[in-house]
Amino acid sequence: MPLLEVQNLTVEFPTRRGVLRALDGISFDINAGEVLGVVGESGAGKSLTGAAIIGLLEPPGRVAGGQILLNGSRIDNLSRDKLRPIRGKQIGAIFQDPLTTLNPLYSVGRQLVETIQTHLKLSDRDARERAVQWLEEVGIPAARQRIDAYPHEFSGGMRQRVVIALALCAEPRLVIADEPTTALDVSIQAQIIALLRGLTRDHGTSVMLVTHDMGVIAETADRVAVMYAGRIAEIGPVRDVVKHPAHPYTEGLMGSIPSLEHRVERLRQIDGAMPRLTAIPRGCAFNPRCPKVFDRCRNDRPELMEAGVTRAACWLYARGAAHV
Amino acid sequence: MSEIVLDAVEVSRDFDVSKPWLQRVVSREPKRTLRAVDNVSFAISRGTTLSLVGESGCGKSTVARLAVGLYAPSGGEIRFEGQPLSAARAQAALRRRMNMIFQDPYASLNPRWRVRDIVAEPIRAFGLLTARDAITARVGELLTQVGLAPADGEKYPHEFSGGQRQRISIARALSSEPEFLVCDEPTSALDVSVQAQILNLMRDLQQRLGLTYLFISHNLAVVRHMSDRLGVMYLGRIVELGPGEDVFRTPRHPYTRLLLDAIPDLDMVGKSRTPVGGEVPSPIDPPSGCTFHPRCPLANDRCRREKPAHTKHGNVLVACHAVEEGRTA
Repeated sequence: MPLLEVQNLTVEFPTRRGVLRALDGISFDINAGEVLGVVGESGAGKSLTGAAIIGLLEPPGRVAGGQILLNGSRIDNLSRDKLRPIRGKQIGAIFQDPLTTLNPLYSVGRQLVETIQTHLKLSDRDARERAVQWLEEVGIPAARQRIDAYPHEFSGGMRQRVVIALALCAEPRLVIADEPTTALDVSIQAQIIALLRGLTRDHGTSVMLVTHDMGVIAETADRVAVMYAGRIAEIGPVRDVVKHPAHPYTEGLMGSIPSLEHRVERLRQIDGAMPRLTAIPRGCAFNPRCPKVFDRCRNDRPELMEAGVTRAACWLYARGAAHV
Repeated sequence: MSEIVLDAVEVSRDFDVSKPWLQRVVSREPKRTLRAVDNVSFAISRGTTLSLVGESGCGKSTVARLAVGLYAPSGGEIRFEGQPLSAARAQAALRRRMNMIFQDPYASLNPRWRVRDIVAEPIRAFGLLTARDAITARVGELLTQVGLAPADGEKYPHEFSGGQRQRISIARALSSEPEFLVCDEPTSALDVSVQAQILNLMRDLQQRLGLTYLFISHNLAVVRHMSDRLGVMYLGRIVELGPGEDVFRTPRHPYTRLLLDAIPDLDMVGKSRTPVGGEVPSPIDPPSGCTFHPRCPLANDRCRREKPAHTKHGNVLVACHAVEEGRTA
């Protein structure tokens, strides 16, 4: 049984001009110990997916359909009080900006001890000892001396290490990491990715890694889901999605990333932009930009279907399609 | 060698980061300065792109602002077509020939102006055209050139997406018919597919109009795609400078190697790497000698003591004792 099952998840935002459907029936699983990358451009719904799973949708956003199962039991319909112990203990979260995630008025030690004692039955002394261990584990030098320091006394990279310690200290089964390295410089980014990957592997934690950076996904994830306009366009093993993308959107996305290895005269570009939620086209949401568009794409909405090794929401792969 | 458009000779720029006067007197602290750019020299030939790359706080944006005269250098000199920049900027005829594209297309366009007025502002400011019809026609032409429609001129910036706004910024920058453009992280606020559109547009415009670019970015892959020559900056200094292909193929400076190793890349699926430790130190109190020595795997006593000068290796200038002495493996 997968650790997390998301089935047909739909998230809506009621507005004065009608209901906006920000996530439209997305389904995926995360297995124990697996790293699932979620990529997509701004507004594709990747962060929203993470927020829906931990029950942190900003009102008026609401789960309008589908279900989310953790270890086989539903967590999308729990009350706030029932969800709270799950958040932190079962599902940890790492957000983009380490400065706003940490409370500036409490020392990092106090924040760690508070989190540890909320979820684990430990004495003050043991909790503090555990906090020091975690700071050491995430690579904070002189952890015992720095445990009473405040967030502003740490650099950006060190702060993100503290945030990772906070997310992992209750030993959750699943961590949702939303753009964990986007605010960091490249040399620090590599350290944080290596750290996250190493720790989650050691502790057998599953990770849902949300980012817009394909490079980070390529190096970190086992499988990847590519999102477009509130739906999953393609999902599969990371190597196959990167090297042999099936969906025309994934193909365009990969081609538009400049490479370090070889220089090309022109980057491939996908003309146009992702549609706004108020104007999602009929049929496949990608059809106005798709170089391989045909009649069916303009009328029917494709669901995920087998496309070689990966699964893609594209009519090119419909059984009996003559267009492949 | 073709004609040099912009020439920076041993340029430095200091900023005063002292506490307020009273506080300083009470706690008896001296004035403190931050050297954001330290002894930087480069030249850009006509029709080519020089890129500067580095992490936050390395001084690359300060160089961008120095290059168009938004800051005055504290030491050294910048020359535009042979004339000192301050003198060149005093003449409107030369000033209109340089322009800038900024990072954030949400902050760099006035939300209360229609796009046609935003794009026409430099035309009016420099008095390039005066007749209303001529200005309208020119604005329409500029918008078409960047892939928008002339009718878009009637709209306001908020009606456009990030990529379209950056196109408007480019149209505005081109409206004074410049030859030299400083692009400070022009695509870092954009999604990758839109980034590809803007980068392709910038290359097309360069070829069509013979533009010269100073391109600032933290993204090495973007820099590789765009540049003829490349400068790698660390704590205010250029540590390696040379033709882009040479620097990417055989990076010599340990910092350049670190940067190239650190970048997650699509070709790295499933491979693991050993990340380099340490972080960029504060520029207010930089390390002695070579400022990179605390993170450098090749550092020795000389590196801790003595600031390295640039030495030439093939077509590439490198500021590193280890490279100079041949200590690199």
